[in-house]
Amino acid sequence: MMAVCRHELKSCFHTLTAWVFGAFLLVFVGIWAMRYNIQAAMSSFEYVLGNSTVLFAVLIPLLTMRSIAEERKQKTDQLLYSLPISTTEVVLGKYLALLAVFLVPLAVIALYPLIFAQYGEVYLPTSYGSLFAFFLLGASLIAVGVFLSSLTENQGMAAGIGVAVILLNYYSVSLSEYVSQSATGTVAVLVVLAVLLGLLVRQLTRNGNLAYGVSFVLIAVITVVLWRDSTLFEGLLPRVMAQLSLFERFYTFVNGIFDLTAVVYYLTVTAFFLFLTVQSLEKRRYN
Amino acid sequence: MIQAEHLTKYYGDIPAVVDLSFTIGEGHVYGFLGPNGAGKSTTMNLMTGCLSATEGRVLIDGKDIFENPKEAKRRIGYLPEQPPLYLGETPEEYLKFVGEAKGLRGTALRDDIERVIQETGIAEMRRRRISALSKGYKQRVGIAQALLGNPRVIILDEPTVGLDPIQIIGIRDLIRDLGRSHTVIFSSHILSEVQTICDEILIIAHGKLVAFDTPEGLEKKLLSPGQITLVTDADPEAVQAALAEISHINGMDIQPQDEDNLITVQLNTDQEDIHGVSRQVFQAFAGAGIDLLEMSLKKASLEDIFLELTEDSAPEEAEAGEAVGAAEAAEGGQPAEIAATSTSTETAEEAGAETGEEENAV
Repeated sequence: MMAVCRHELKSCFHTLTAWVFGAFLLVFVGIWAMRYNIQAAMSSFEYVLGNSTVLFAVLIPLLTMRSIAEERKQKTDQLLYSLPISTTEVVLGKYLALLAVFLVPLAVIALYPLIFAQYGEVYLPTSYGSLFAFFLLGASLIAVGVFLSSLTENQGMAAGIGVAVILLNYYSVSLSEYVSQSATGTVAVLVVLAVLLGLLVRQLTRNGNLAYGVSFVLIAVITVVLWRDSTLFEGLLPRVMAQLSLFERFYTFVNGIFDLTAVVYYLTVTAFFLFLTVQSLEKRRYN
Repeated sequence: MIQAEHLTKYYGDIPAVVDLSFTIGEGHVYGFLGPNGAGKSTTMNLMTGCLSATEGRVLIDGKDIFENPKEAKRRIGYLPEQPPLYLGETPEEYLKFVGEAKGLRGTALRDDIERVIQETGIAEMRRRRISALSKGYKQRVGIAQALLGNPRVIILDEPTVGLDPIQIIGIRDLIRDLGRSHTVIFSSHILSEVQTICDEILIIAHGKLVAFDTPEGLEKKLLSPGQITLVTDADPEAVQAALAEISHINGMDIQPQDEDNLITVQLNTDQEDIHGVSRQVFQAFAGAGIDLLEMSLKKASLEDIFLELTEDSAPEEAEAGEAVGAAEAAEGGQPAEIAATSTSTETAEEAGAETGEEENAV
């Protein structure tokens, strides 16, 4: 695992991705810090980070797009498969390397509150609390990016989908105001999702019966719940969309609350997408 | 050393390898031979754990590649069809990564890198970027990678494809050297290559193992009858009468007279000592007072066997053409023991008049 990690780290710095990523992150966080903390003389560093999160929509795909897609394109994934290391080790090694690349600019940013504290009153616990959450948010988005990179051998495609997915997640709370609040609307969306899930299962397992079974059972469950208590579905969709937002949970930290459930949520999302990445790589051997 | 049991691999509904079983012993060089698309690469990918089998299993030194992959893969060095190289790195950096991934550390790693660099002869390229290396050197770096950690089995997928003749000779020598200390398995669709380097040959066609033997054993076991071609200006009936005496002739085909009043006679014989038959023919003609203008001999070679085996299961003409192409490519490497070594066989001719003509032109 460490071999893969070291190798990935080296190639990140070799191909400039790490430098570009770090530079852009520092520049934009620096601009916000200048405007808020220096020009407007606000004492809380949290808002700087709060405003910088949208940067992830561009920077994270930039960092993660080549991680696995490039291996596949150059056929070096065959080497990784034939080496005595497991797919999990490969994915974890790559992920840790990207995390390390992400930590470099964060280490510089971590100095800012200390510097500002020299010239005024800065409440450090909330500053570092949000910086920690900023790291977790980035870490989970990197996991998403690595997963997307494992789906294609085209870096551009991986990056494009990455930007779209992260932006969608970024705006999901504001978008949730526009989706149907009524029970019927929710049920309609759930049924469509059940069918889509069935199609996905069929695509992955090539097992038609299993796919139809999954769809059928889900639709049956929805029908039963609807029949018993239709009020359950009211407002469900916007609620779920708001819950899924990784960014929304970050603002809790910005507002000065250390939210443990959010920490658990970030870690879960990270683990889930890394697991999916391993599965995606494993699946390729079964093609 | 390697045991493949009932290996089967389907890509969707298309079978690539069907119920393949074989056992490969310790030491020696083994050749996987087969026309393009026969399932050689798939078999190798299955053996190295790069692909999962639909059915069946592979044991490397008793370790199952799917159930105990780490232990099994430690015993294998694999060079896929396209060398898996990180083009932005130097061979040294690349080998360092592979060595570390194989669990080598510190001086052991440095010593092993040094060893494989020497063995594959890439010393003067060690600090250049891999993207700047020629195809032959890239291939060598790929082989160096397979040799790291001194695995007992080295599997090379078409290591000589796309190289120039001098590079091909270099790689072949390397494979032969490796065969002294490792079990080497390599695939090729070029027959002469397999014939010159391998101790044993596995012929694969359409995902099935059709033969597994030594080159000599294959020739012996599957020997098609030898062929003698005669040209004379005598009367066909007289020729027939003269040849009727000779034993071991189990087929005769007399072509009618052409514009120069010559007839061509094709004799098939099952006798291994083809010169014994040709001597009798010569004496029979001399005794009957027939002028023998030309006589050429052709012994069945591995190529014929290869064609025969791979075509038996391949009725499509296109595939036969491919196999013939491979046989032609192998022509240069054949020892020219007999004056006329036309390679046409009955099977090749059956495959289509077109391919037959091509062969005769050779």
